[in-house]
Amino acid sequence: MTAILAIAQLVLLELLRRKDVYVLFVLTGLITLVAGAANIFEDARVVRYVKEICLTLIWVSGFVLAVTTAARQLPAERESRTLFTLLAKPVSRWQFLAGKFLGCWLACGTALLVFYLFFGLVAVSRERSVDLAGWFQAASLHWFMLAVPIALALGGSLVWAAASSNATLTLVGCFGVWLLGRHLHKVALGLPEPANTLLTLLYFAIPHLEIFDVRDLIIHRWPPVPWTIWLGALFYAATYAGLTLAVTWQLFRRRPLH
Amino acid sequence: MVRAVIPILYLASFALVTSLEPWFQSWQGNRAQSADLLAVLLGDARRAFANHFFIKADAYFHSGYYPSIFDNRTAFQTPHMAADADAKEDKNTGDEDDFLGPPRDWIDAFGRRFKPATHTHLDQGGPQTHAHGDGKPHTHGPAPKEIELGGGADVREILPWLRASAALDPQMVEIYTTTAYWLRQRLGKVTEAEAFLRDGLRANPDSHEILFELGRIADEHRKDPTRARNLWELALAKWQKFERPKQEPDTFSLLQIASHLALLAERESRWGECLHYLELWKAASPKPEEIQKRITEVRQKIPAANHAKPQALNPKP
Repeated sequence: MTAILAIAQLVLLELLRRKDVYVLFVLTGLITLVAGAANIFEDARVVRYVKEICLTLIWVSGFVLAVTTAARQLPAERESRTLFTLLAKPVSRWQFLAGKFLGCWLACGTALLVFYLFFGLVAVSRERSVDLAGWFQAASLHWFMLAVPIALALGGSLVWAAASSNATLTLVGCFGVWLLGRHLHKVALGLPEPANTLLTLLYFAIPHLEIFDVRDLIIHRWPPVPWTIWLGALFYAATYAGLTLAVTWQLFRRRPLH
Repeated sequence: MVRAVIPILYLASFALVTSLEPWFQSWQGNRAQSADLLAVLLGDARRAFANHFFIKADAYFHSGYYPSIFDNRTAFQTPHMAADADAKEDKNTGDEDDFLGPPRDWIDAFGRRFKPATHTHLDQGGPQTHAHGDGKPHTHGPAPKEIELGGGADVREILPWLRASAALDPQMVEIYTTTAYWLRQRLGKVTEAEAFLRDGLRANPDSHEILFELGRIADEHRKDPTRARNLWELALAKWQKFERPKQEPDTFSLLQIASHLALLAERESRWGECLHYLELWKAASPKPEEIQKRITEVRQKIPAANHAKPQALNPKP
């Protein structure tokens, strides 16, 4: 466990040193504040569009941060040859992988915390009300959801040689699922065989990242989801990420280091 | 040889420029002439974005409970915020409370718990009241007086998308009429509504819809019937000039204009005018027999009104 935590800590420190997260945060803040400064028929109480813009940017930033951070872990260690040093020590491959995953996930969690604090400040400044339960659910669901792209990107770095191609393909996949995932089965039902069966299989196989998107609930101030359902979603994300990591570990175990 | 070709090519291109430049400057599709940055950047794509934002405003009107392009949209063919504002004829059919249908699988059923699941309208309180979740029948139309200017002020949340939509496509007339309705009727912002309509009229000088809406402001808020009548008469003239020749004219607008002119004339005891507009109203109405009853009533009033006229005028001896 100490080895896993030590590797995770290194990843966390690496994220703090890099500029990605700061650039994304500044962009999110800037665009949100500019949108919020717009004069909407002299009415300063209009807030939901600002919340939507801010949350959408947080979601996009979350994906970018998670995938790019995870996708460069293994190639960077291989290129700098620190991978051999690490694995020469009493660190097993699964510990290495778990440490990298945990580090990326905690790094994303830290970044999300800052992003959601900013969102809360923006919302409170315009709305004059706090929806702590809703915001907590949104942030926690988002954080758990990011475990899946991180696991996928770690797995992808064993399949694709270059970090850039891995990051691009994982991002395209994640955005595709986020925007269209829920509709695949509907589309499949209207198709002839064998496209129907293939698309249905794809629908059940993909990680349903869109489930975790509760932006509409907090933008329009709907009541929070029942806590048992919330817990079920966290379990779904943990299971999917765990399975993906297990497959990645199997691939990593059989892969020669050179 | 090459030395000779280069000057010839230069000369040919110069001649071409002198011919093309005046044509390009006068070409209507020349984006360089436009002072509008959005028009230059997006071109005709801005119309698609404008329509998207208009629909987005309607999605906000429903607090996010809205069908996607993959769902059954029969109950959402006309945006409800526009139908409620009488800015568009309501062509919706089907069940607006159940456009998703039954869940197709466990992922679908589970995923629905994370999305708005009740049909509500912002002007009736939105998610805070669940106005439609109590099983009561739901109708679209003018709001009851008691909630005007009071409850449902959250309807202001649709305004940013409407404003963005108008900026992208100033020729989309229903944006102006819808926005003006919500501004004046529910948010009490009559001046802003009128100014926005004036912007719309500058972009669409022949729009009978905008003139009609301006007339409503003059009549209902400014209490200026003369101005309202002038605006509605102009709206009617525009309708007759531009809509009547069409194969499928916008009879919904004619109905609105004629009915308001008839009611105004009746209020001012201008019986001849009233009968004329009632006939127009009857021609455009889906229920002409009801208007015919009204015409009969007005005809009965005319002799009595003529008889009462000298008394009403109170002539000096």
